Amino acid sequence: MLVLLAVYAAAAVSMPWWEKRLGRAMWFVAALVPLATVVWAGTRAARVLDGGAYQESLYWAPSLGLTVDLRLDALSLLMLWVVAGVGALVLLYCRYYVERDAGRLAALLLAFAGAMIGLVLADNLFVLYVFWELTTVASFLLIAGRGARAVQRRAARQALLVTAAGGLAMLLGFIVLGQEAGTYRVSAILADPPRGGAVPAAVVLVLVGAFAKSAQMPVHGWLPAAMVAPTPVSAFLHAAAMVKAGVYLVARLAPALAEVTPWRPMVLGVGLATMVVAAWRALRETDLKLLLAYGTVSELGLLTALLGAGTRTAALAGLVMLLAHAAFKSALFLSVGIVDHQTGTRDIRELSGLGRRLPVLFGVTALAAASMAGLPPLVGFLGKEAALDAFLHGTELARHYQLTVVLVCGSALTVAFAARFLHGAFGGRPSEKAARAVRSPEPGFVVPVAVLSAAGLVLGVAYPGTAALPTVYADAYPPGADGPYELSLWHGFTPVLGLSALSLVVGVLIHALLRRGAVPARLPRLPDVQRAYDRVIEGVDRLAVTLTRHTQVGSLPVYLTVLLATVVAVPGAALVAAAPSLGSPPLWRYSLEPVLAVVMLAAAATVVTARHRLTAILLTGAVGYGAAGLFLVRGAPDLALTQFLVETMTLVVVVLVLRRMPSRFDPGRTSVPGRVLRGAVAVGVGAVVTCFALAAASARTAPVISTGYLRRAAETGAYNVVDAIIVDFRALDTLGEISVVLVAAVGVGSLVRFRDRDAVRAVDEEPPARFPTTHWDEPRQTWLPGAGERPGGERSVLLEVATRLLFPSILVLSLFLLFSGHYRPGGGFSGGLVAGLAFVLRYLVGGQADLGAAVRLRPVAIAGTGLVIAAVVALAPLAVGGTPLDSDLVTWHLPLVGEVKWATSLFLDVGVYLLVVGVVLKLLSAVGVSLDRGGTAARNEEGSAR
Amino acid sequence: MTGAVDNTVNTLDVTMAVVVGGLFTIGFHLMLQRSLMRIVLGFILLGHGTNMLLLVAGGTPGRPPVLEGQPVNPAEPADPLPQAMALTSIVITFGLTAFLMALAYRSWRLSGSDEVRDDVEDRRIDIARQRAGADEVTGPGEENDDDLGEPDGDLGDDGLGEPDGGEGDAGEPDHRDDGTAPEEHR
Repeated sequence: MLVLLAVYAAAAVSMPWWEKRLGRAMWFVAALVPLATVVWAGTRAARVLDGGAYQESLYWAPSLGLTVDLRLDALSLLMLWVVAGVGALVLLYCRYYVERDAGRLAALLLAFAGAMIGLVLADNLFVLYVFWELTTVASFLLIAGRGARAVQRRAARQALLVTAAGGLAMLLGFIVLGQEAGTYRVSAILADPPRGGAVPAAVVLVLVGAFAKSAQMPVHGWLPAAMVAPTPVSAFLHAAAMVKAGVYLVARLAPALAEVTPWRPMVLGVGLATMVVAAWRALRETDLKLLLAYGTVSELGLLTALLGAGTRTAALAGLVMLLAHAAFKSALFLSVGIVDHQTGTRDIRELSGLGRRLPVLFGVTALAAASMAGLPPLVGFLGKEAALDAFLHGTELARHYQLTVVLVCGSALTVAFAARFLHGAFGGRPSEKAARAVRSPEPGFVVPVAVLSAAGLVLGVAYPGTAALPTVYADAYPPGADGPYELSLWHGFTPVLGLSALSLVVGVLIHALLRRGAVPARLPRLPDVQRAYDRVIEGVDRLAVTLTRHTQVGSLPVYLTVLLATVVAVPGAALVAAAPSLGSPPLWRYSLEPVLAVVMLAAAATVVTARHRLTAILLTGAVGYGAAGLFLVRGAPDLALTQFLVETMTLVVVVLVLRRMPSRFDPGRTSVPGRVLRGAVAVGVGAVVTCFALAAASARTAPVISTGYLRRAAETGAYNVVDAIIVDFRALDTLGEISVVLVAAVGVGSLVRFRDRDAVRAVDEEPPARFPTTHWDEPRQTWLPGAGERPGGERSVLLEVATRLLFPSILVLSLFLLFSGHYRPGGGFSGGLVAGLAFVLRYLVGGQADLGAAVRLRPVAIAGTGLVIAAVVALAPLAVGGTPLDSDLVTWHLPLVGEVKWATSLFLDVGVYLLVVGVVLKLLSAVGVSLDRGGTAARNEEGSAR
Repeated sequence: MTGAVDNTVNTLDVTMAVVVGGLFTIGFHLMLQRSLMRIVLGFILLGHGTNMLLLVAGGTPGRPPVLEGQPVNPAEPADPLPQAMALTSIVITFGLTAFLMALAYRSWRLSGSDEVRDDVEDRRIDIARQRAGADEVTGPGEENDDDLGEPDGDLGDDGLGEPDGGEGDAGEPDHRDDGTAPEEHR
C-alpha cells in the first residue's frame, strides 16, 4: 500500500515530462496508474470479502508515537475502486477534453487520486487528517487553475477556507477522540469505542469537518462555486471522490460513534435537510453543471444520513447509493462536459434538440439519469429501495416514519431534477442554429461516459455481486428486527416498492408542472449561503484592518512608549510586589564617585535641552569621559582606557557626519501632554532600573566565579587578567565581537556612500591624476604629503608639523599598548584605537589626500586581514591536535635581548589590532572621505584653476 | 584606587545606581523623540548606562586585576570578568553607534529631515478601511471580485503619495550638496 502511494506521487511528478514526450497520449500513461490500482485492489478482494483486512505500518518517528498506519478493509476497498475506477475513466476522458495546460492538470489529478487513496487507506487519525488536507490543497489548485480569472480564484479560496476550517475542527475532534480512546488507530477505536465525557464534543467537531468536506447545509456553498473548475475536475473531485471523503469519514466512524448522543440527530437532520433543500435548489438552476452540483449536494445529504444512521440496512443502502452516485454523477458531469465542448454552452435555455443530433450520448446520459432517478433495474433503484426500507422498517431509529416521509420527498425532487436535467440538455426540437454548430464527438470521448452509465446497469442487474462488499461492511451492525435485509431487484409487492413508485410519479409530476407554467424563477428563493459567506469574509477583513489600525500605528515613539510602559508596569510591579530588601549599600565607595556622577548627570541632562547638534554631541562625549573616569576609580584601567579612546573615536565619527547636517535640531512639535508622558515614562524606567540594580546586587548569593580566572591567569603567561580573559579564556567572545564591529563598519560604508546621479557624475569626472597616492613620488614641499590638497586658508603649519612629528610616535605607542597588553592595561583594542586616532589626526589635518598617502591599503583589506589572522590563530591549535582557541607559552633566548617570553594568543591580539585599525580607516573613508568628496573635488578644481 | 575593599557581596553603591538610573532616564527620554540625531544620542547614553551597570552590578571593585606575577588574595583585586564583558560591550556599542549615525545620515539625506516619520504603509490602512466601507455600499457581488481577490493589490495607486519620499524627494538636499560642483561654477 505504501508502494501504491509512492507510485502515485512519482507518476504525478513525472507528468509534465510525459506531456513533453507524448503530447496527448500522456493521458493513457496517467490512466494506467489508477487502472493498475483497480487491478491490484482486485487481487486483494478475496480476503477482504471474507471479512479480513490488510495492514501496513511505516514507523516514522516511533518515539513520538508517529506511525503511518494503513489498512485495507471492505469500506476502504469499495472507496478504492470508486476513486481509482472513476479516476481512470476521467483521465481517459481528459485526452479529448483538455486543450491546454495538460501536464499540470494530469499531475494534480494524479496527486489528488493518490491523496484520496491514502485517505481511505489511513488507519491513523493523524494520517487520515494529513491526506484529508492534501485533497483540499489539490482541490484548491485544480479549481484555481492558473488563477487567471477572479471568479476562479475566489471559488478556490472559498473551497479552501471552508474545507480547511472544517478540517481544523475535525483535527481538534480527532485529538479529543484519540485522547479519550487512548489510541489514534482507527481500527482500535472501532474495536473499543470510547465513551468518555468529552466524546460528544469530539463527535460534533468531527462531524463539522465531515459536513464541510461533503458540502452539507449550511456549509455547502463552496461546491456550486467550485463548478468553475474544468468539467473532468468537477466529475472526479466534486462528484465522485473528494466530496465523498466526508461521507467516508461518517461511514468509517458510525459503527463506533452512532450511539453517542449528538451523532444521530446531526447526521439525520443535516443530511436529510440538505437532501431536500439542495434538490429544490437544483430545480431552479439553468446551468447544467450547477444543476448537477446541487444534485450532488442533495445526494451527499442522503449518503450522510444513510451511512451515519448506524443500522445495518441503512449502511448497506448507503454504500450501494455511494457506488451508484459515483457512477451516474460522474457520467452526467462528463456528459455535460461533452455538450459544453461540442456546443460551447451548458445553459438549459440555449440548448435544444441535442437528443436527435447526438443520439449515442443521449442514450448513455439517459441511462445515468435513470439511475439517478432510481429506475429499475439500475443500481440507483437498488439503493433507493434499500434506503426506503432502512427508514420504513428502521425501528431502531426514533421517528422513523417521519424520516421516511422526508426521504420520499427528497427522492421525488431527485426524480424531478433528473428529468429536468435530461430534458434541459437533450430535449426539445432541434433549432437550425444549434444544429449547425454541433459536431459529433469522437467515439473515444463518449466511451468513459458509456462505461460509467453501463456500470450503473451492470451493478444493478448483477446485484448479488454488488451486494458483496457493502454487506461485509454492514455486518458490523446487528441485523434489524426482520432479519438481515438482502439486496434485490424484486422483493414482491411491498410498501417500499409503493413508495418508490410514488416518488417517481410525484417527481415526474413536479417536472411536468414546472415545465407547464411555473418557471423556475418563481420558486420561492431560499436563503443564500453565498451571501453569508461573503459577509463573514468581509467581516474578517474588516476586523483585521481595524485591529491593525489600532495596534500598528506606525509611529516609533508610540511603540517605544508602549514597550517602556510595559517594562515599568510588569517587572516594576513585580519588583514592588516582591519588595526585596535593597540591602544597606554604602552611599559611595570612593570619594571621587559622587563628583564624577554629578558631572555626568549634569552633562547628560543638558543634552536634552541642547539646541545645537554639536553642543549635544560634545556633552554626550563628556558623559562618556565621565564614565571612563568612574571605570578608572573602580579599578578597571583597561575599561577606562578603552572608554576614553572609544569616546574620542565616537566624537570624531559623529562630528564628521554632523558636518553635512544642519547645525540645529528641528524644532519639536510634540504637545505638552506628550512631553509629560515621555518624561514620566523615562523617569519610570530610570527608577525601575535603579531599584532593580540595587535589589539584584543585594540579592546576590553565588560566589564570584572569576576567582578561577585569577588563579589560572599564570597559565596564560599574563599578568593582566582582563586581557587574559579576552584573548584566552573567553577568546570566542572576542572573535564574535570583532566580526560584529567589522560588519557594522562595512554597513556604515554602504549606508553613507549614498550615490545619486549627480554625485556619481562628480566622482567620475574627477581627473584620475588627482588621486592622492600619486603625489607620493612628487617632490614634497610640505610636512604632510597630502596637505597641499587643502586650500591655503585652511592649513595650519603648526598643526602639520606637530602631526608629522607625532604620527610615528603615536603608532609606536599603539604597538606598545598591543604588546604590553598581556602584562599591563592595553591590548589589541586599545592599541588599534590609538593607531586609528593617529590616522584620524592625519585626516583632520591633511585631509583625505594625506590619509591616502599615509595608508595605501584598502581599509577593508586591513580589517579582513585582522579577522583572518584571528580566525587562523583560533583554528591553528586543531592542526597540532589541540582544541580551538588554545594558547601556548613560548620562550625564546635571543642574543643581546635576553629571554623573551610570549604567548601565542598574542597573535589574536594582533588580529584584533589590525581589525580595529581597518575599521577606523573604513569609518574614516566612509564618513570622512565620502562625505567630503563633493566639496573637495570642487576645491581641487579651484586650486588647479589658480 | 586605594579604597577599602569590604567583603560584602553587595557590589553596588547608591551613587552608581543613581548614575545608571539617571543615564537610562535621559537615554530613553531622548530615544522617545522624533529626531534621529537625538535618538542616536539617547542610544549612546543608554550604552554608557548599560556598560556601567554591567560593571558595577557584576563584580566587586578593587585594585586593578593586574597581578604582577605573584599570587594574590582573590578578594583583593576587582572582579576581572565583568570588566572583560564590559570591554566587549563598549566596543560593540561603538560599532552600533557608528551604524546608527550612518542610518540617521542616510535618512536625512533621503528625506531632507532627520525625523522619524510614521510608517506610510500603516497610514494606508486607513485608506484600505475606507475602501472596505465603499465595498459595503456596492455590495459583495461579482463586480468587485477583483477587489476581494487582491485586497492589497490596488492600494499602491490610491493617490496618497509617499510623504517619506523615495528618490524624488531626495533631490533637494542633493542639489545643496552639489551646489559647488565645478560645472556650475564655470
